[in-house]
Amino acid sequence: MRKSIFVIAFSLGFILLLAGVASAQQSQPTPSDDQVNAIAKQLYCPVCENTPLDVCPTTACARWRDLIRQQLAAGKTEQEIKDYFVKQYGARVLGTPPPEGINLLVYLGPLVAVVIGIYVLYRVYRSWNKTVPESNAPPSSSGLTPEQDAAQDEYIHRLEDEVRKG
Amino acid sequence: MEEITTEQAQKPSQKVIPRWGRMIAWVGLLGLLVVVAMVLLRNQQGPVAVGQKPPSFTLTTFDGKQIGPAEMAGKVILVNFWASWCKPCEQEAPDLESAWEYYQPRGDVLFIGIAWTDTESASLAYIERFKITYPNGPDLGTTISQAYRTTGVPETYIIDKQGKLAYVKLSPFTSLAEIKTAIDPLLGP
Amino acid sequence: MVANLGFGTLLITFLVSIYGILAAYIGARRNSPALVDSARNAMLLTFPLLTITTVSIIYLLVGAHFQYQYVSEVISTSMPMSLRITALWGGQAGSLIFWSWLMSAFASAVALRKWERDREFLPWVIMVSLITLAFFLILSIFVENPFASLWQTPSGNITTGMFQPAGTSLYIPTNGNGMNPYLRHPGMIFHPPALYLGFVSFVIPYAFAIAALITGRTDDRWIRITRRWTLVAYLFLSLGLLLGARWAYDVLGWGGYWGWDAVEVSSLIPWLTGTAFLHSVMIQEKRGMLKHWNMLLIILTYDLVILGTFLTRSGLLSSVHAFAQSAIGPLFFGFIGLTLIASLSLLSRRWNELRSSVEMGSIFSREFLFLLNNLLFVLLFIVCFLGVWYPVLSEALGIVGQKIPVLSSVFNGQKVTVGPNWYKDITPFFFAGLLLLMAIAPLSAWKSSNAKTIARSIWKPFVGSLLVPVVLIVFGMRLWTALLALWLSAFAALVTLYEFWRAGWARHQARQENLPLALWHLAGKNRRRYGGYIVHLGAVMMAIGIIGIEFFQTETQKTIPQGGEISLGHYTIQFTSLSVFDTQDGRNIARAVVSVDKDGKYVGELYPRRDYYYESQQPLTIVGLRSTPEDDLYVILADWQSLSTAGATFKVYHNPLVWWLWRGMIVFILGTLIAAMPMKEAEKVQVKKAVPVTSKAYSP
Repeated sequence: MRKSIFVIAFSLGFILLLAGVASAQQSQPTPSDDQVNAIAKQLYCPVCENTPLDVCPTTACARWRDLIRQQLAAGKTEQEIKDYFVKQYGARVLGTPPPEGINLLVYLGPLVAVVIGIYVLYRVYRSWNKTVPESNAPPSSSGLTPEQDAAQDEYIHRLEDEVRKG
Repeated sequence: MEEITTEQAQKPSQKVIPRWGRMIAWVGLLGLLVVVAMVLLRNQQGPVAVGQKPPSFTLTTFDGKQIGPAEMAGKVILVNFWASWCKPCEQEAPDLESAWEYYQPRGDVLFIGIAWTDTESASLAYIERFKITYPNGPDLGTTISQAYRTTGVPETYIIDKQGKLAYVKLSPFTSLAEIKTAIDPLLGP
Repeated sequence: MVANLGFGTLLITFLVSIYGILAAYIGARRNSPALVDSARNAMLLTFPLLTITTVSIIYLLVGAHFQYQYVSEVISTSMPMSLRITALWGGQAGSLIFWSWLMSAFASAVALRKWERDREFLPWVIMVSLITLAFFLILSIFVENPFASLWQTPSGNITTGMFQPAGTSLYIPTNGNGMNPYLRHPGMIFHPPALYLGFVSFVIPYAFAIAALITGRTDDRWIRITRRWTLVAYLFLSLGLLLGARWAYDVLGWGGYWGWDAVEVSSLIPWLTGTAFLHSVMIQEKRGMLKHWNMLLIILTYDLVILGTFLTRSGLLSSVHAFAQSAIGPLFFGFIGLTLIASLSLLSRRWNELRSSVEMGSIFSREFLFLLNNLLFVLLFIVCFLGVWYPVLSEALGIVGQKIPVLSSVFNGQKVTVGPNWYKDITPFFFAGLLLLMAIAPLSAWKSSNAKTIARSIWKPFVGSLLVPVVLIVFGMRLWTALLALWLSAFAALVTLYEFWRAGWARHQARQENLPLALWHLAGKNRRRYGGYIVHLGAVMMAIGIIGIEFFQTETQKTIPQGGEISLGHYTIQFTSLSVFDTQDGRNIARAVVSVDKDGKYVGELYPRRDYYYESQQPLTIVGLRSTPEDDLYVILADWQSLSTAGATFKVYHNPLVWWLWRGMIVFILGTLIAAMPMKEAEKVQVKKAVPVTSKAYSP
């Protein structure tokens, strides 16, 4: 008697579990526009250049957005969807070139430029500092703070006034 | 009132720019110009032209078959780039299918349709709609169209039996007769 | 008839330019003032001639004479008169004539200045200006002729040409293509002219630089003469870029203002080197340093300007802007290559004469900080240049991979996209550096500032600026990058305002003037400096707007039925009604009315629209925009599905602080205007007794 109750309970539980699993799979909500856009933003239309998929108005782009929606609904992750698009349409759908081969130029290039720039700055600084300071530069402007600059402006203006009157 | 410009006293010159520095600068500049020229030339080239040997490719059709150089050797090949969202492609689709039915029995002509930047379901629907029977496959990664340097769809390239490009059409065919006129001369004896 | 007049004057202008170039060159070599004057007259003559050419084109456009290819391309019968005039720059051929016309205008303005002091420059300035003009005229005459007509061959094909080919008859279409609907926006109407004005103006400083190199007058005379031209060029170029950004925001419907599109960036690039040039010439004027560098910069800017014009015309970099491919590419390339090589040869010949005595105190001296400024702008230029050219470069280099199979995985020749994300990962560092410089450099003096002297003056604005991130953190902002950016902006703004205040206060104390008047006079007397500070303030305002939208933009999209609602942050929009109707000028308009609530309270209505132009079969989205200093609410009717009251898709963007971007734009332009304004002639003073006068009195 106890054994049969146990079997029935177990079976019922098992059936319920299966039903639960089944309904969980079916009850995936349709991905919202925002979810689609979040991924579409990062992909570029393979046909019309430089247009992200979320704003592209063409029929083809509408189909691709639907494709993203379907794949999201099927549970694919963002990376999987992006990989799929790259496989189907080539590297140009990504917003940045994949870091391989000659594309490394766009990643290393700016870095190299900055390093060279710092080096140039350093060299210029050294060469500017090496020269002997001149002794007969006009005793003027350069050493003044802007306050003193403005005050001197005033002094000169008063001078001009006086000279005119006189 | 004239401006008074005060010039700093000129110091004796420091190091002259070394010869190798100038050489590098000129080489760099000329290199840059050469690269730009290359870019320009490539852009001016446009799609692959008649008389040239077209790029070889292997297409995996929607049915899973592979069509590559082996299957294409010694035949007249008609390569047609299309897309399901392309309105002008629809104009020529029935004519292409009729042409295929006309030439297929001969055995030395092969039509290959390449779906460019299309989605599989939409492509299959297009094929279904126009009852296309010649092999079609997606241009994975747009590698084939990039190799051919296509600029849009529809475009058709006809390759002769010796493997050279014999005919290029960068717009839809207007009639079945036009297709036949393009292929017949290539059939040989 | 009119077309023949236009083409005739175009040809004559070209011949006159060639004459001018030869006369100037020979006149200079033979030292013949008469020949040089004749060349000058030739240069002056180009303007009225090209004006006739331009007016002829406008006449054909306004009259919708569709037998002319250009008119057919850009006009349609539904376009109103005012729009037809702007079609002058709506397409390639017309734009090139417009460019030439502006070039002749500016060259004439230069010809009309007083040349007594600089006679030796005159022939070379004429020559360089006319060579540039002649190049663009060659393009118009031989490649993109706006006066070419349409002819129909017996077999029915349509061909184009200036003169009737044998056996053809004139073909007059009943209607033309009309202007792309995207271009029918006020921003787009003024954006090309402003940009061209900027480009063309940069030719003048370049011409003087070349003249300086040729004549050997490598002191800073050429810089002083072209000071105002550089500022004018900068004014228009900045204006052009900013109008383009505003247009993108209003019309393109992306919720953004700058897409880092290849053509956008190519017009930004000369602006970057131009800004560097603007600053580094100040070093040459004040301290006689960086002479080589300034020459390089202006040569670079000139060729980048031509390159920028080329890239928008040749279709080389296909982008949303691209015009169709044509034979123009090789010609532009040839011209840029030749001028680059010629200019650099001249520079290398005069290299040793551009020596300067250099001496500098510390890294906080103004010279070094200006150098740092230049470095940052040049690095930005390199980054942008790389981003624009890399996709084309990698595709072209694919040929290496084809020829050398071993390298085919490296040079695979696949098309790639270098998009906004790449730029947005790299450029902020440089912009942050520039903001920091804007905060420090105004307080540093030439030659002798060091950390201590700067610290003395900077500590007050520094402390003040720290308040900003503190307050923001208290209010909940946690994004450290945004906090840093906003702190830097506050710092730069405070230092600039502090400069105004200190000098104004000193004057107020010295002369008993009230503060506003003191500030007014101060700015008036030293327009370059204070105009420049106003430009910096404008830049900071723009930075604030950009920080708001880049860091904190949110968006959402939903399809809702009539009566439905969408929420985004504090805002809720409700779909009130939709009307769909046709207009007289060939559009189908879908206009939605949405009501906006903020935090539950009603704040207004917006009217996002979708205009569909039957002629060109193109849709245009008009944004429903609510703009306040705090944020913008940006609502568009998305075209994803067909619109009806049963369900319309709205895309809503929330853009904080972007209002500051547009207002900052205006301040920026105003500041540039002030800096460029000519100063009154200094008063003539009768000196009755000897008075020590320092040179400071006369330096602007």
